Amino acid sequence: MKHGKFNPDDLKEEKSNSLSIIERREFLRIGLVITGVFAGGTILSAISNINKVFASTEEVAEKYPYKPHYSMVIRQNLCIDCERCLEACIITNDVPEYGYRTAILQRDVPDAIGQKREFIPVLCNQCNNPPCVRACPVKATYKDKQHGIVMMNYDKCIGCKVCVMACPYNARYFNEEKHSIDKCNFCIDTRLSKGEKLTACTAACPTGARNFGDLSNPDSEVYKLVHQIEKPVWVLRPEVGAKPNVFYMKG
Amino acid sequence: MPEDVKPVKVSEIVKDVTRSFDSSVATTWYSNLMEFLSGSKSFYVLLIISGIMVFISAMSSANAINMGYRHAYGVTREVAWGILISTYIFFVVTSTGLCIVSSIGHVFGIKDFMPIAKRTVFLAVVTIMAGFTVIFLDIENPFRMAIYNAISPNLTSNIWWMGTLYGAYMFFMIVEFIFLLIGSHKYAMYSGLLGLISGIAAHSNLGAIFGMLHGREYWYGPYMPIYFIASAMASGCAAIIFFTYLGYKVNNEMMDKPMERSLEAVGKLCTLLLTVIMFFATWKIITGLVAASGKVEAIKAMLAGPYSLNFWLFEVLIGMVIPFILLLRSKGKNINMMFTASLLMIIGIFIMRYDLVVVGQIVPLYHDLGVNEYSSLHKYTPSFYEIMVVLGGMGVVATSFLLGERVFKGHKSEIH
Repeated sequence: MKHGKFNPDDLKEEKSNSLSIIERREFLRIGLVITGVFAGGTILSAISNINKVFASTEEVAEKYPYKPHYSMVIRQNLCIDCERCLEACIITNDVPEYGYRTAILQRDVPDAIGQKREFIPVLCNQCNNPPCVRACPVKATYKDKQHGIVMMNYDKCIGCKVCVMACPYNARYFNEEKHSIDKCNFCIDTRLSKGEKLTACTAACPTGARNFGDLSNPDSEVYKLVHQIEKPVWVLRPEVGAKPNVFYMKG
Repeated sequence: MPEDVKPVKVSEIVKDVTRSFDSSVATTWYSNLMEFLSGSKSFYVLLIISGIMVFISAMSSANAINMGYRHAYGVTREVAWGILISTYIFFVVTSTGLCIVSSIGHVFGIKDFMPIAKRTVFLAVVTIMAGFTVIFLDIENPFRMAIYNAISPNLTSNIWWMGTLYGAYMFFMIVEFIFLLIGSHKYAMYSGLLGLISGIAAHSNLGAIFGMLHGREYWYGPYMPIYFIASAMASGCAAIIFFTYLGYKVNNEMMDKPMERSLEAVGKLCTLLLTVIMFFATWKIITGLVAASGKVEAIKAMLAGPYSLNFWLFEVLIGMVIPFILLLRSKGKNINMMFTASLLMIIGIFIMRYDLVVVGQIVPLYHDLGVNEYSSLHKYTPSFYEIMVVLGGMGVVATSFLLGERVFKGHKSEIH
């Protein structure tokens, strides 16, 4: 680092006690912008994903329009590919053998020192700007106004599969039994609406790779994971501009 | 019903039938049938073949519906749109093109394009119906579409606009054809204009379905709607030459001078549009080579990968280069050469549509993530049932064309 060694005595000279709240906020902002720059194009820090540093709860509420604003944070390095999440999803949501709502992808890194394979769980990103919802001709898929989950109305689906084409995350498949496209809905019908706090996959995850909660609540685990600057947080395929609500990080 | 009424009724019917044989109405009916049946042998051979095609396709499609499209069709979660979507596009591209080219004559008043109008409008209706038949067998719940398109419209959806506008288009084209039949050219012009507007709007929306998928870089951008309209006109020209030539063969007639001049004009327009299409294709490839890696992969698959035979042989050589040379050499006069060019173009354009749909999907969405699951390109092969639907769509066009030639007596029109 070019910044030199940290010396607590310097702070005394800066009269840190007299710094206004606004200056503190500015300082925090700059710090996050720098981590964003360091992280580069594919890995994005919290600042690039959320575009803003939240200094007050009002700002958070503005940025996260849903209440609760459901979100998942995947701590990628904790995933061990035990597939308990997949199993739990299939059982809970009656997913047929030919389809899936969530999957675990494998990436081999032969040059890596030590562990040479990592696992990346993927699912519907419940995007804030969902391409599938725009494309559906009959509003069979829609963004729920209250909790922001991208939902399916199974009775309306005409099976044209344009949402499958529009989804940047391969999160959709045609379910023969339901005569409709099916997708992850954060277990809203099978668990959350029945009082459960977690999705089936999160509850089944033994390592804490999957974390689920309300992103608009500063006390929630997902809020704390996303709003920190020590570890980079990113989303998949940010170039599409779908504004996903599934975040990825390591550690 | 009392029993004594029955014999009275039967005898009356018998009397009616015997009487009708003598009446002039029946004679006209009979002579019409005789005239219809008096076509050449090859006409009936073709009609029977195309009829059988439709029948077998209908049987096979009923089977596919019964077993479920997931089992019957070759499409997958990753390649969700296959040859049925591309064939649907092929038919509606042709229909829109027929509408646009025919409108040059009877909407915009260019005399040389008048003689082809009737047959062209008829074929525009036939091809859009063939397109709807194919898409009906692709969509999983087509009946829901009719309901929810009306009561739950999503105005941001290109499919909604396309479906609705193509519905209007088909209506206007049918109305236009009726007006052309009864010789009401003023109203035919108005309905033709409305058909043209709705057809172009519908067709550019079809392009925009692809062009507005921002998760699919191969298609994304304003290129698709513009390209679709340009290629529709090329398809339309090819279809006019193809079917007009065949129409005269089927009716065993010689073309008159105005019709020859008309085809010459269409042939020249076709040559021009081929250059437009070649220009579009060239820049699509060149820009695609310096795009994000996913798009480059797709372009590579076209140029030197699994789709290179489709691209170089069918799209470039058969679809564009050879027809272009033939059309230039024919000078719009050598009708056999023009017919060959149009046939090759139709084959090439069919493959063009197929590649356009499939190649846009072969690069995995998570390609850039570098995961093992998506390290290679997706594969898609049309299944037997899908090919049968395609043949059925072609059978619908062929049968309707042949019947149309007889029923509407070669689509002759008086020139005003």
